[in-house]
Amino acid sequence: MKRARRFIRTHPATSLGILLCALVVAGAVLAPWIAPYDPNDQNIVDRFQPPSGDYWLGTDSYGRDVLSRILWGAQISLLVAVTSIAAAIVIGGTIGMVSGYVGGRVDLLIMQVMDVLLSFPSLILGLIVVALLGPDLVNMVFAIALTAIAPFARIARAPVLSLKEQTFVEAGRALGFSHTRILFVHVLPNIMSEVLVMGSLWMATAVRTEASLSFIGLGVKPPTATWGSMMREGFENILDAPWLAFWPGIAILILVLGLNMVGDGLRDATDPRLRGET
Amino acid sequence: MIYYILRRLLAAIPTLLAVLTLVFVLVRIVPGDPAIAILGDQATPAAVAALDHKLGLDKPMWQQYVDFLGNSLSGDFGQSMITGRPIISEVGAVIAYTANLTLAALLIGCIIGIPLGVWAALNRNRTIDYAARLVSLIGLSFPVFVSGIYMLLLFALHWHLFPVIGSAPAATVLDQLNRLVLPAATLGIVMSAYITRVTRSAMLAVLGEDYIRTARAKGVPWRRVVWHHALRNAAMPVVTVVGLYIGILIGNSVLTEIVFNRPGLGSIIVAALNNRDYTMLQGLMVIYCFLIVVVNLLTDLTYGLIDPRVQHG
Repeated sequence: MKRARRFIRTHPATSLGILLCALVVAGAVLAPWIAPYDPNDQNIVDRFQPPSGDYWLGTDSYGRDVLSRILWGAQISLLVAVTSIAAAIVIGGTIGMVSGYVGGRVDLLIMQVMDVLLSFPSLILGLIVVALLGPDLVNMVFAIALTAIAPFARIARAPVLSLKEQTFVEAGRALGFSHTRILFVHVLPNIMSEVLVMGSLWMATAVRTEASLSFIGLGVKPPTATWGSMMREGFENILDAPWLAFWPGIAILILVLGLNMVGDGLRDATDPRLRGET
Repeated sequence: MIYYILRRLLAAIPTLLAVLTLVFVLVRIVPGDPAIAILGDQATPAAVAALDHKLGLDKPMWQQYVDFLGNSLSGDFGQSMITGRPIISEVGAVIAYTANLTLAALLIGCIIGIPLGVWAALNRNRTIDYAARLVSLIGLSFPVFVSGIYMLLLFALHWHLFPVIGSAPAATVLDQLNRLVLPAATLGIVMSAYITRVTRSAMLAVLGEDYIRTARAKGVPWRRVVWHHALRNAAMPVVTVVGLYIGILIGNSVLTEIVFNRPGLGSIIVAALNNRDYTMLQGLMVIYCFLIVVVNLLTDLTYGLIDPRVQHG
């Protein structure tokens, strides 16, 4: 308790970020119990109700409760962000590590491809990939992961270049360990922290991209509640029911801001040189 | 300078080829035959074969690739499958809107972001610094469609300062400017958030240098030290990041154009998505690639302009 209080005093921004993220995770996990209504329950009599005692955040064009849909929608946002970034870390991280370890022309070629992927605007890339494959949850995760592979490859590769010259790698070789074992058992732990810090920052981007794709209409199919598609509905009814577009936006902002704050805090903690600099 | 430009131009060619290859692969890995996707499941084999032939899909893969590269590099991006018009003319009709929007946003980003970043760096770890960092973090956490909609809610619906959705063609220049304000501000906020962060950290790095101390020691006014000696040297990383984020800006302009119902690349791409207009999507991707390569080139050239050391490096 004392340590927690000290952490909050010394890292106010990171603490706020953790709080915001925890809020969203709690909402997503507890949605089945705390959501006042079924998120897909249509009640045509009560459509476009402004926020009131019965419906805290109002109702949408089908009379569905906005608060319940936001709580359930948190599940989709978190699910997509976590799985797509986890996939990007595994695939991109492996590509970067192997590329840096092998070196030479292979490295040059792989990194050229990664630079190309990196230079493409991620939203446009995600948009086109989902559009070509067809909009659903799996394809969206794939598209977002694809946009995030290159940065993870880069961040995993850089430290491997110097790590592979270290004595412990040479010792491993002398003991007859395979390259795979050296790479994944001995080199991997050394780069884990940097990759995970980037992971939290990229989760924020993934949440944004997911919401943007859903907003364009390329997300999870209706009637499943997602924050992006709720924004879309609110946008279409902006003249009749302005609260519809307001609340899901706040939910997106809370999660993205929280993830960014945690990511910034983690980066400061792992890289003292950057402390308070960015 | 001429040599420098030529060198950068030559260096852009492999990147361009690689990006074009990526586009080619992306469009080809789609499961199923595009011709069937266009014509529907009920299409006769003859109709599918005819469309395959028209799209060049019956040729061997290597030939398709060579044709694609050749056409793209000679400025032929194909035709829309839906309207039959050349993609380049569809894009040409609206590109000015997207360009205006992006440039205005960039301008807003620099006007707000650079002074704010400098200010924050000069007041490191004071209230102003914390406030600037928090505000920029909030700014870059907003997905643009959310901030765009909030702009609409606040300025158009609540205060009635701007038209909600301007669908009628803008008659005068003033009209056009009026319509540009909210979308440009929406994108500009994101841009200024990024620029503030990078300017701040670049300035912090430069302010610790010896030449800053020397300049102060020989009595150069502080204002001149900051804006002339320090900022000029901090400009390199800022330009790099601005160049990188123009890609994000172009991507985000799609969302901004949807929210504000503006013509532009965004509206074309959304129409192509809805119509499953594969050739249009491929063409648009190629055009985006060209834009990005051009932006990277301009970024490199800007280095040469602001830092004479680069040209000889």
